[in-house]
Amino acid sequence: MSGANDPYDPKEVAALAPEALRTAVEQAQAAFTAAADLDALAVAKPAHLGERSPLLTARREIGALPPAARAEAGKRVNEARTEIQAAFDERRAVLQAERDERVLRDEAVDVTLPWDRLAPGARHPITQLAERIADVFVGMGYEVAEGPELETEWFNFDALNFAKDHPARTMQDTFYVAPENSGLVLRTHTSPVQIRSLLDRELPVYVVCPGRTFRTDELDATHTPVFHQVEGLAVDEGITMAHLKGTLDAFARAMFGEQSRTRLRPSFFPFTEPSAEVDVWFPEKKGGAGWVEWGGCGMVNPNVLRACGVDPDVYSGFAFGMGLERTLQFRNGIPDMRDMVEGDVRFTLPFGTEA
Amino acid sequence: MRIPVSWLATRLELPEDTTPQQLADAFLRIGLEVEGVHPLGPVTGPLVVGRVAEIEELTGFKKPIRYCQVEVGGEDPQGVVCGATNFREGDLVVVALPGAVLPGDFTISARKTYGRISNGMICSARELGLGDEHAGIMVLPPGTASPGDDAHELLGLDDTVIELAVTPDRGYCLSVRGLARELACAMDLPYGDPAAIEVPEATGDAHPVRVEDPQGCPRFVMRRVSGIDPTAPTPWWMQRRLLLAGIRSISLPVDVTNYVMLETGQPLHAFDANLVKGELVVRRATAGEKLTTLDGVERELDPDDIIICDDTGPVSLAAVMGGASTEIGSDTTDVLIEAANWDPASVARAVRRHRLPSEAAKRFERAVDPALPPAAAELAAQLLVQYADGRFGRGRTDVGPAPVREPITMPLSLPDQVAGVRYERGATARRLGQIGCRMELVTADDGTAMVTATPPTWRADLTQPADLVEEVLRLEGYDTIPSTLPPAPAGRGLTEGQRRRRAVSRALASAGYVEVLPFPFTGPAVWDAFGLDADDVRRRTVQVLNPLETERAELATTLLPGLLDTLRRNVSRGERDVALFHIGQVVLPRAEQVPMPEVGVADRPSDEELALLDGALPQQPTHVAVVLAGQREQAGWWGKGRAASWSDAVAAAHLVAAGAGVELRVVAADHAPWHPGRCAELRVGDWPVGHAGELHPKVVEALGLPKRTCVMELDLDQLPLTERRPAPKVSPYPPVLLDIALVVDRKVPVAEVAEAVRDGGGELLEDVRLFDVYEGEQIGEGKRSLAFALRFRAADRTLTVEEASVARDTAVAAATERFGATLRA
Repeated sequence: MSGANDPYDPKEVAALAPEALRTAVEQAQAAFTAAADLDALAVAKPAHLGERSPLLTARREIGALPPAARAEAGKRVNEARTEIQAAFDERRAVLQAERDERVLRDEAVDVTLPWDRLAPGARHPITQLAERIADVFVGMGYEVAEGPELETEWFNFDALNFAKDHPARTMQDTFYVAPENSGLVLRTHTSPVQIRSLLDRELPVYVVCPGRTFRTDELDATHTPVFHQVEGLAVDEGITMAHLKGTLDAFARAMFGEQSRTRLRPSFFPFTEPSAEVDVWFPEKKGGAGWVEWGGCGMVNPNVLRACGVDPDVYSGFAFGMGLERTLQFRNGIPDMRDMVEGDVRFTLPFGTEA
Repeated sequence: MRIPVSWLATRLELPEDTTPQQLADAFLRIGLEVEGVHPLGPVTGPLVVGRVAEIEELTGFKKPIRYCQVEVGGEDPQGVVCGATNFREGDLVVVALPGAVLPGDFTISARKTYGRISNGMICSARELGLGDEHAGIMVLPPGTASPGDDAHELLGLDDTVIELAVTPDRGYCLSVRGLARELACAMDLPYGDPAAIEVPEATGDAHPVRVEDPQGCPRFVMRRVSGIDPTAPTPWWMQRRLLLAGIRSISLPVDVTNYVMLETGQPLHAFDANLVKGELVVRRATAGEKLTTLDGVERELDPDDIIICDDTGPVSLAAVMGGASTEIGSDTTDVLIEAANWDPASVARAVRRHRLPSEAAKRFERAVDPALPPAAAELAAQLLVQYADGRFGRGRTDVGPAPVREPITMPLSLPDQVAGVRYERGATARRLGQIGCRMELVTADDGTAMVTATPPTWRADLTQPADLVEEVLRLEGYDTIPSTLPPAPAGRGLTEGQRRRRAVSRALASAGYVEVLPFPFTGPAVWDAFGLDADDVRRRTVQVLNPLETERAELATTLLPGLLDTLRRNVSRGERDVALFHIGQVVLPRAEQVPMPEVGVADRPSDEELALLDGALPQQPTHVAVVLAGQREQAGWWGKGRAASWSDAVAAAHLVAAGAGVELRVVAADHAPWHPGRCAELRVGDWPVGHAGELHPKVVEALGLPKRTCVMELDLDQLPLTERRPAPKVSPYPPVLLDIALVVDRKVPVAEVAEAVRDGGGELLEDVRLFDVYEGEQIGEGKRSLAFALRFRAADRTLTVEEASVARDTAVAAATERFGATLRA
């Protein structure tokens, strides 16, 4: 080989011959095609595109040509170089695509591997049910009212028209607290929140009151001494028992589906007059569709309105109350009440965060 | 209340094809809850009346066994083995002969037992499905029937017993009189009142009686029957009705009082007239007085008890139980029948005080018709005269005025207004008439049609228009009330506090905590296990007077005992990695017991009264608490797991705070039941709101909890509500990130070093984050290196590294100044 300043050597100049260039191109193409991967391609590259490649050697020989032949030779060399570069680029693109595909293939994982690094949590179904009921009534324009679980007898009984020493009082199986005749009880129902709402709020009052309540029942499959109720109260001008029925029907549909409806049966509660038991039509009832006892309700007793300073000649109202454990028990088919109070995580987890 | 249909039918003109189920449905429709409809029987096959001809006592068995020859109408007596002993030769009994099938599919056959052939069975009431009586076999009164007579008809086995739950406002329904009337109203049937009898004129008193407490005893009636045959049996028809109503037959005079009570609703008491010494006085007891009641128990009387006394002292605890000294005995020939009216509240208190519930007291507590006593006493006297061969005494004692009811006036259309229904014209007057009201229709000055109704004496529950409205509505049927929604008010949605509670609950559940709702009942053992000081405020609890478990009579002042119980239950059931939370009220008594004010209900209490009521109530803040045990992160194919630690408990507190939109500060604390070196006090500003960390190992051991159990509890009500959270200004310029490592004394809390760095870094310092803690020889004894990543950013320009470096230097300088921190080389 010889450099640009080498003396002219006709033998060497043969490198610029069209055949020679053709051969260089073909050899380069063959070498690139033969490269199996990007590494092999990189190894093959200098021999055909590098400083010492036949082509660059040929280019350096151009100067040795008679001037008239130089342009022609230069064009030939450039064309050959373009062709070789194209062959290289093409092969590199193919090999890169192959490599990218292989990398993705190699990085594939078993997506069925478990992902339980952080155990899931859940909210108690009673909480979820209480919120759901609250939302149904908030949607109807009600507000959510609350009150203390340890209550004065005045709120839990007196103001609700439970006469002192009346059997209705003893029927409530009340937890009393020390000292004797303290006037304090664990609230036996959420109804004292009715009184608090009527005393605290401007009329008209539309409230729903979910909360925890207490009665001295031993824990068994269908009783628990600590349970939850939801109470509804509407006091306004012109409230009728038909409004009560309509509200209960809407509530039943929200809880049990569009086919649901309620039935009222006369009953007795000191704080309502007239009073009624509410049955709900439950298509999935064990042993076939039928009525299920759901709660109590009625028109607010005028004595209750009076105790709250509401004029019963101007205002009337309705109230209703249901047990949440009981509702959940038949709505979700829970045979044993104890499951709802024991706090076994296996019971609560399937209910998730938002049922 | 159990009542046979046949007894109700004596007071009603029932259509022939009426079924018991129709009656039950009618009861249900008008508000009497039907607890059961129990058809008698079925009994098929030979059931006959027998006469016991001969009794052979068999010996050598564990219990007395009799082999009886019983005449059953055929040629020869039948041999029947019997385990009961309450009968004698000559008694009439009911015999199920081989081939008979008794209730419960109990087939009778001849069989060998106790070494004899038994050709049938002598039946008890229970075996015949007539009641629960099983103490002995059923002995029929002499002359009721002849041996061999078919017993089906005699026993009335085609009857049905209806069992009803009577609400406490309807005491009058605890009688045939009341129940039959209800059915008459519900089914529009003619009705005959058993108490509507002619009460004959009488001369003088049956016995001298003085009522000193007319409030406690508004009415006191007595009738005397003399010369009764003490051996006279109760007629079978009466025994049968009592049996089916669930009342045991005792003796004719006692049975008569019970029978008249069931028939009319008026409880009666019978005295042996010859044992009553002198005038009877009705008064409240005086402290220290004693009375031995019929059950043989000597009772200390309370000054609130109403008693009846004779010259010897108390002889009866009025309305509750009679005294032993004047009890009807097997030789009683002269009887004084008492039919009185007692103050319901006084009776209720006496029943509770002496723990003596009875059929009589149950009726008096629910108010008995004050017009009834003369008729009821007369009915009882008539029965005694008829069935015990007695003679009417000439006189009748009747102390106390005949009752007068106050009339109630209301618009005639009030029932329509309340129900939201237009009833048929005249419905209100018709229904009120049906239940026994006397009525007057008037027109008010403004032209409104009004009704003035005087309720019947047996309806003490009817005192205001709403009560009359209910009567109209229930008899017209609640099923006629339409379903409409009231006009919707404009609600304001949930309060901030309610929304916050939900946010906290969701945040904890999303972080892997499971919500539980433990009971609030706890006891001193847990405070001891917690290692609380004797004067720790958490030991000051509200005590339940009637707890279900005596060792859990306290209302918890913290949520931890309940949560730890639940943790233990889960662990005992095989769960190892448990994270639980509870949001609930705790009960914190006030330092000084505040007396409960007497507040009336006639009108709205004054603001002062309401303040006193709430002041007497312990505080009940809402707390949130968590417990953790086992692994917080599971081991798996990704690598190792991570045990739950104190820091998870602290993280839970931050989670709660974040849910509430509040920032918590954490400082080290030593607070039982936490580990003294692993307890964080949680503060909002400088205000402590709770604690988090690992439990003290001794507490873990004492309560049998998993090792390294961690807990957090804070008072949710102490977190300020953030109504509108501030919106930050977000800079669009790039940050400069610089790290520093500060060497400080290892006792200096990280939070305080970070705070110094933050303060020193000024406005440009956007974030400080600890990313490494190092202790080792290079650092020096008692020191540690804290590596912080600092992020600087300017609000209005691209910050240069030089500017950021200056800010970093001032940040370091602040830490150096406060804690002698040095930059780690």
